Parts: sequence; structure tokens; C-alpha cells
Amino acid sequence: MGNNPTPVTSTPGGEAAEEMTGAQALVRSLENVGAETVFGIPGGAILPAYDPLFDSPNVRHILVRHEQGAGHAAEGYAMVTGKVGVCMATSGPGATNLVTPLADAHMDSVPIVAITGQVGSAAIGTDAFQEADIRGITMPITKHSFLVTKAHDIAPAMAAAFHIAGTGRPGPVLVDVTKDALQARTRFEWPRNLDLPGYRPVLKPHSKQVREAAKLILESRRPVLYVGGGVVKAAAWKELADLAELTGIPVVTTLMARGVFPDSHPQNMGMPGMHGTVAAVGALQRSDLLITLGARFDDRVTGQLSSFAPLAKVIHADIDPAEISKNRVADVPIVGDCKEVITELTALLKSVGNLPDIAEWVHYLKDLKRRYPTGYDEPVGGELSPQHVIKRIGDLTGPDAYYAAGVGQHQMWASHFLPWELPGRWLNSGGLGTMGYCVPAAMGAKVGKPDAIVWGIDGDGCFQMTNQELVTCALEGIPIKIAVINNQSLGMVRQWQTLFYNSRYSNTDLNTHRVPDFPKLAEAMGCVGLRAEETSEVDAVIEKALSINDVPVVVEFLVHKDAMVWPMVAAGTSNDDIKVARDMAPKWDGEVL
Amino acid sequence: MPEIAGTHTLSVLVENKPGVLARVASLIARRGYNIESLAVGPTEYPHMSRMTLVVTVDDVVLEQITKQLNKLVEVLKIVELESSSIRRELILVKVRATPETRGQLIEIIGLFGAKAVDLTADVITVEATGSPAKLNALLELFEPYGIRELVQSGLVALGRGNRSMTDRNTKSERPKSVRAV
Repeated sequence: MGNNPTPVTSTPGGEAAEEMTGAQALVRSLENVGAETVFGIPGGAILPAYDPLFDSPNVRHILVRHEQGAGHAAEGYAMVTGKVGVCMATSGPGATNLVTPLADAHMDSVPIVAITGQVGSAAIGTDAFQEADIRGITMPITKHSFLVTKAHDIAPAMAAAFHIAGTGRPGPVLVDVTKDALQARTRFEWPRNLDLPGYRPVLKPHSKQVREAAKLILESRRPVLYVGGGVVKAAAWKELADLAELTGIPVVTTLMARGVFPDSHPQNMGMPGMHGTVAAVGALQRSDLLITLGARFDDRVTGQLSSFAPLAKVIHADIDPAEISKNRVADVPIVGDCKEVITELTALLKSVGNLPDIAEWVHYLKDLKRRYPTGYDEPVGGELSPQHVIKRIGDLTGPDAYYAAGVGQHQMWASHFLPWELPGRWLNSGGLGTMGYCVPAAMGAKVGKPDAIVWGIDGDGCFQMTNQELVTCALEGIPIKIAVINNQSLGMVRQWQTLFYNSRYSNTDLNTHRVPDFPKLAEAMGCVGLRAEETSEVDAVIEKALSINDVPVVVEFLVHKDAMVWPMVAAGTSNDDIKVARDMAPKWDGEVL
Repeated sequence: MPEIAGTHTLSVLVENKPGVLARVASLIARRGYNIESLAVGPTEYPHMSRMTLVVTVDDVVLEQITKQLNKLVEVLKIVELESSSIRRELILVKVRATPETRGQLIEIIGLFGAKAVDLTADVITVEATGSPAKLNALLELFEPYGIRELVQSGLVALGRGNRSMTDRNTKSERPKSVRAV
């Protein structure tokens, strides 16, 4: 990457730059960056681009049913392939429908490029038909954005967009191209150097900072590896395992990092946070050193910030310097890619030899983990337990599948009860909490990993927001499996109403008992529709779903509506006040402080 | 531990591209940073612009502002100027002036090195530059005569000595208050 603000250089090799339309340049750019799949919907302003796209032998366009679906599918695709996902929409409403997935990708650092058509450059600012200032609208929720009004700027903007989206802290980049730029003729010149003097992500950590971190680790008695999604993004699971096993330090994996360290590993204390395990929350609260790797002290993890991990010093390694000391001041800040940071730290600790004795601490946490496993009660009325359903899906499918989730209770249960043994298998909307993420994200994941099983664990509320993408899946040959955990309500909101609003269920009852009839709806969309209402039917219906691999399958599980997600730290309270069930606090026996 | 807010002057070197002011302004607004002044203009290089931001914040917030601004792709460099830096504002002000008071006003204008740029029967329009403190003092003196209209530029500032902010066009040089990591 060039650091000088020199103009973009021309195509190497002295070959004559080919003349083509801006639209052709856009499609050629997609081919050049290796984009194989684009999720999108055409419309007036982007129409010129769709014409050459029709002819591209390398780029497959998947026609979705709503632009939001295109955006989340691009996210799902990016999450499982490690490549930059691409979505495309027209100007105005097409573009504004991408706002939610762009915000989602921004919060969860997912590399996607959104290409939108824009009205002709002469019409910009006139409130023209289907005009929306999408660059202005998405400025706060994109890593970067381009408004391209000249055909010859398309190739450099596309090259820069894919580079920015996929490097450093990944994120969404918008390329808004006016219709006249797509129609105009230009000479296609693929930039050899990118003109991005102000974009230089730091990958290699400062060795002095790593030494400082090692020093704190050697002095610590109650250290915890607080591992976030950055370790998944950096593909540093092997390095993490080396560090954990060398030191024996307990590990907590945030919602975004589930699977990056195996749940079956004795050092894994589970997920921290509002619905975290007692062992993980207790580990952070009682720690004297947080070794924070690619995590960002989200409020859902810290609870009340002032009482979060009150005794801990903090090592904070992140590729984004702005995350460091944003919420919790770091004693040792390390800017860098988690893979490099962990590798250097492990090598340094290995050379020291004399690692701290943390046996008492590990014993204490393992005891907490043993005493407070994430469990659930079977409902008394003989109804289906949602936790049981999710657990059985994981048991019968295994850890090698990809699992997407919507947002709410089923998401938390999926995080607790699915078999998290392998990295990068978990897709969910962590930061933005986007209901409707599941179906399109699962679609994108299946396109990225066509030979893998992709399950979507969705709720009846979430499913009704974006289920039309099952039509896309049926017609495009994307056989995903969706489990609709139907508790006939907006379950997580209902849980809060139970706990904090005197069980006044204002507008959370979705009445989704047969309306819609999910299996029939699935059949109408070209999928196979199945249903289980009793515990005895659960395994059979999951096996049936697993046996169908040529069309998408939707399985409705009609579950108990009063099931609640535990443990729970009420919003805004201290993690110390975690409850394992209603009005039931864990006993913190055997304090090691 | 609450930190004490201080006034900081940041010079932000940016690429001269459409929308960059909107990016900076929107970032400051959405993250809830209060700015006292923002001035933007060209530099000695046509492809770069320079913004001068004045903020009154504690060190933690200052560090966040700097880091968040640095994340913008079009931001090239941020430097916090020292308190000894040269800081100037421009004001244009219409002061009520009768034949009796006109002489006194011209005396004040002279003492402050300001200029009378327009004169009518009952108003003098004054142009003045200087540090914010000096201009405040000038305005206080004008106040009793009656200020009819006032317009004030944002603060612009330059560090002393022979070094130039555009010397090394990288983000590597960070303001002192931000811990280099």
C-alpha cells in the first residue's frame, strides 16, 4: 500500500487501457478483486451495472427479495469465507434498505462492500426520483464511503473500498455510483497503488508493550484471557490455544468469539456478560488481570462499568487504537493484529519459563463452573423447552456445522447450548442486535460454504422480519435449515416485562400459534416445512431436516413461552449481582481474594 | 476519578476531498464531543486542508477524539498545539458611532491594532485579528457604544518555530496527550 499521495498509476505492463463503460469498469473491478458472489436487487439508477453483470463469467449475482437480505447475506458470506462480502442496490429506497445491515456490519466489524446506484450527478440535490443521500446517511455506520460521479474514478474507488473493508479492523464500505458515471465511457485502469495516505492500520504490536504485558502476566495471581471477536477476525485460534495451554490461564469467550476456544476445554469458563455463565462473570469480577484480546468492553459484558472487574489491571490488545481505553482504561495498551500480539506474547512467556502459580485461582473457577453449569428447567406443562430443542439441534448436527441466530432469547440459548468446539462457525448480530439477521445471514453462509450444513436458529419474531429470503434460497439452490423457536412472543422483551414491568405484556404477544402457519409458509416459499410440538418429536424432526439437502427446510418448534434466559445481570447493575434464576444469586464460596 | 477539563487546540490535516468536513463534523456530533470552534481552509499543498479544532475536555476524552478522528480514512495527521502556539481569530464588528463617540472609538481601534473598514453616519465597521483574549477585551470596550452586528471566525493556530505540520505526511506523529502504543 502506498503512503504517498501520488495519483493512481496506470495499468502495468504498458498494455493499452481498455475502453469501456463505467458499468463495465464496475463489473471488471469486482472480477479483479475476486468477488465471486454479489447479493442484490436492480433498479433504475444501478441498472447500467446490471447489464454487464449479466455477462460476467466470474461474478454470480443472487437476486434477493429485500435489500436488507442482501446486506446480511453479504455479512454471512464474509463471516464464513474470510473474504469481503458484496451487496448491491439501487438508489433511494434500495440504498436505504441497506442501512440496517451496514450498521450491523459496522458494529460487528464484518467486511462488506455495498454498491449503490445514485441518481445522475446533475440531479444530485434536487430531490430527484429515488434520490437519497446514502453516503451522508451511512457516514456514521460505515468504515468509509465513496460517492463516484466520474467513470474513471470507479476502478480506484472499488479497489480502495475492498482494501479498506478487508484490512485493519474490518468493516463496511459504501460505494455510491451515479448513473451517468456508469453510463459514461472510460479507459479501464486498475490502480497499482492505492491512494490512501491516511489509512495505515497497525498490525505489528510494539514489542515494548508486549514486554510490559508479559510482565503483568508474570506478576498476576488471578489472570483471565478475555477473548473477543477480534481473535476470530484475526484467525488466531491456534495462537490463542498455545497461549492458554502454555500458561493455564482461564479463558472467557464473548458472544462474538464463541467457538474460538473449545467449550469442552477445561480452561474455558464460557461466555461473560449479561447472560454469561457464573464462572465467566465471576472470573472477570474477581480477576487481578484481564488479558483482553480483540474485545471491546461492551456494556453487555461489563454491566455497570464502575463496578466491572474492580481489582483487575488491564492489558488491552486490539487492532483499533480507538477501542483501547474507550470504556475501561488500559494499563498496557497494545495496538496490533491479535495473531501477531498473541504469537509474540506466547514466545516471550515461553522464554521466561517461570510462569505464575495460579492453581488456586483455576481451582476456584473450575469449582464455580461445576456448581453453576448453564442449565434449564423443563417446563411443567409438558410443553417443549426451547433450550432442549436448541441443544438437540447441536447434538444431532455436530460442531462442524455453521450456526446463525437471530436476536433475543434463542440467540442466548444458541450461544450457551450449541457445541462450540470450532472457530468461525457462529454467526450472530452481537453489537447492533438486529432482529431478522438469521435467515439472510444463513443464506450468505451457505453460499460461502456450500458443502457445509448451515442452521439458522431463529425466533418467531425475528423470522417474520426477513423470512422472504427463503424464496431466494429455494430458487437459487441454497438449502439452509431454519429452526423457528416459536414461543409466540417477543421472548426477550417479554422476559424483561416479566422481571421489570410487573408481567405487563404490552405488545409482546405475537399470537403466532398457527398464524402464520410456519410449515405452510415454508411450503409456499418452496421449502420443506416441518413442525414439532412435543419433546418426543424433536429428534425425529431434526433428523428429518438433516436428511433433506436439496431444498431449504423450516422446522417450527412450538415451545413454552415463559422460558427465561439465565443467568442474567439486569441492565445497568453490577456483574456482582448476577442471578442464576429469578431472585437467586450464586454463592461465591471459596473466595480466593 | 474525574479528570479536569482543559482547553486544547488540535490541528487536523485532512485530504482535500468532498465530504471530509461533513465526516469530521458528524463524528464530533455523534460521539457527543463539544467543540468550541472549528475552522477549515487550504494549506500550502493543494491536496491537503487543515482544520483547527478547539475543545474543552479532559484527557480521556481528548484521547478518544484524537483516536476517532485518526480512524477517518481522509485524516492524515493530528497534532495538539502547545499553549504557546500562535492562535488567532478574526472579527468584523459594526459599532454604533455618533459624531461625539467616533473619536474615542478610533482611539480604541488604534490601540488594538484594528482597522476601521467602513464608516457611515452612525456606524463604524471594524476589522480586528488577535488572540481570543485580546478580541474579547476589544469587544468589551465596544459594548457600551452598542454593537450592531458581529461576525467572528473560528480560531486558526500555528505552532512556533521552524517545523511544519506537513513535513512528514503520516499519522505516526500523534499529539503528546495520546499515549503512543
